[in-house]
Amino acid sequence: MIPPAFEYLRPKTVPEAVQMLQQHGDEAKILSGGQSLIPMMKLRLARPAFIIDINRIAGLSYIKEEGGFLKIGGLTREAELEASHIVKSKYPLLMDTAEVIADPQVRNMATVGGNLAHGDPANDHPATMMALGAQIVATGSKGERVIPIEQFFVTLFTTALKQDEILTEIRIPIPPAKSGGAYEKLERKVGDFATAAVAVQLTLDASGAVASAGIALTNAGPTPIKAKKAEDFLRGKKPDAATIAQAAQLASEAAQPSADLRGPAAYKVGLAKELAKRAIATAVARAGK
Amino acid sequence: MAKQTIKVKINGREREASVEPRLLLVHLIRESLGQTGTHIGCDTSNCGACTVMLNGKTIKSCTMFAVQADGGELMTVEGLIQNGQWHPLQEGFKEEHGLQCGFCTPGMLMSSYALLQKNPNPTEEDIRWGISGNLCRCTGYQNIVKAVQFAAKKMAQGGTK
Ligand SMILES: Cc1cc2nc3c(=O)[nH]c(=O)nc-3n(C[C@H](O)[C@H](O)[C@H](O)COP(=O)(O)OP(=O)(O)OC[C@H]3O[C@@H](n4cnc5c(N)ncnc54)[C@H](O)[C@@H]3O)c2cc1C
Ligand code: FES
Ligand code: FES
Repeated sequence: MIPPAFEYLRPKTVPEAVQMLQQHGDEAKILSGGQSLIPMMKLRLARPAFIIDINRIAGLSYIKEEGGFLKIGGLTREAELEASHIVKSKYPLLMDTAEVIADPQVRNMATVGGNLAHGDPANDHPATMMALGAQIVATGSKGERVIPIEQFFVTLFTTALKQDEILTEIRIPIPPAKSGGAYEKLERKVGDFATAAVAVQLTLDASGAVASAGIALTNAGPTPIKAKKAEDFLRGKKPDAATIAQAAQLASEAAQPSADLRGPAAYKVGLAKELAKRAIATAVARAGK
Repeated sequence: MAKQTIKVKINGREREASVEPRLLLVHLIRESLGQTGTHIGCDTSNCGACTVMLNGKTIKSCTMFAVQADGGELMTVEGLIQNGQWHPLQEGFKEEHGLQCGFCTPGMLMSSYALLQKNPNPTEEDIRWGISGNLCRCTGYQNIVKAVQFAAKKMAQGGTK
């Protein structure tokens, strides 16, 4: 399948890319990993007249802790997350997530920024970043602004990014001691999107009770869903089996999946409950270490 | 749309081509550069038959524009053979019957090649993980895993890269 014709632009800097976005308006699209955009162009689901390839912009790919945050450059590839020592040692939720996204070849190209900017609730980073309480840095003609993740996903394939903005960085608050996280995803095969998946990030206090909890669901509605009732329920409680089961029940009640080839809605809700239970239990175990 | 001139190195040789921006890398490789070992299977980014190495990493060449590879270094299945000698992976696929129809094989070889570069002594699970972006409709994967194990062993003995 040959994609529709377009003009190819290759900026060297972020300001140059922003200027191109301004000039070409809705006719332009950023090309990052291309692992969602190119398949959509082949299917004529996207037909940009201008492609702005940001892959040659230097300095947009990094993973570093700085100023209280783990900062991930917008152009950082999934394969780089997977190989990152910081991510492996301190951000198990992020590591779990990167490992189950697509397949090795796709992960060599696909970017974290693209995964979020695409606005697809079936993607795995959106729920994970929600559980982690991340912030999105958008750079546009008026400079940088920071968008809390809870305000980032507007609806299916629509984010809070303005037409002339580029997602340049993701900031994750560095978790305090006694924190842990986990991502549980059921996929039909490697490379498939989640039938259901649950992201959990927890911090325990000195007594072993839950000090804070972030829980979010993948592919359970038009945007990733934050399971607020489950989070509130867990806070202040000792995470024993009964408490975890009840929190998982509340998390699954937040799901509004639709039926598709991956299964009927009721099945996906049931799955969300089981996956939430497992993810919370794993997060608790990791936080206790 | 105006054509653009791009330069790539493919299997050690510098080549130039004039391409439309929408030309997919796999078409550049097969049609303009004449390296037809790389296959197009699904054309929807799922099967991995089109897997090649770009700047040392495996990618799906049906999911990249040729212009993106400008200035880059490509290696396709044709690049595995060195001085007329098969690569141990190629030998492994022959000895262990790692193929039936052979359609997935070029992609399987490239993914296995990348895996062994990173991890010369993979477990069975590592191998299955390494080829998880490549689909095979014939073999049931069992003999592909054996073929990669064959190559890993041979490379450890012979010091081949
Ligand atoms: C076979 C296959 C399986 C997959 N499986 C999964 C999976 O299991 N889980 C998962 O989460 N994803 C999966 N994906 C999707 C993959 O992770 C995509 O790469 C990701 O959704 C988009 O990232 P990208 O860098 O490729 O973005 P692109 O495809 O380049 O862009 C996607 C969209 O985001 C916009 N965009 C990209 N970067 C920016 C930026 N920095 N600023 C502003 N806008 C931007 C583009 O304009 C475009 O509209 C799969 C893809 C394939 C091909
Ligand atoms: S042809 Fe490229 S992934 Fe199938
Ligand atoms: S040998 Fe036929 S598809 Fe793999």
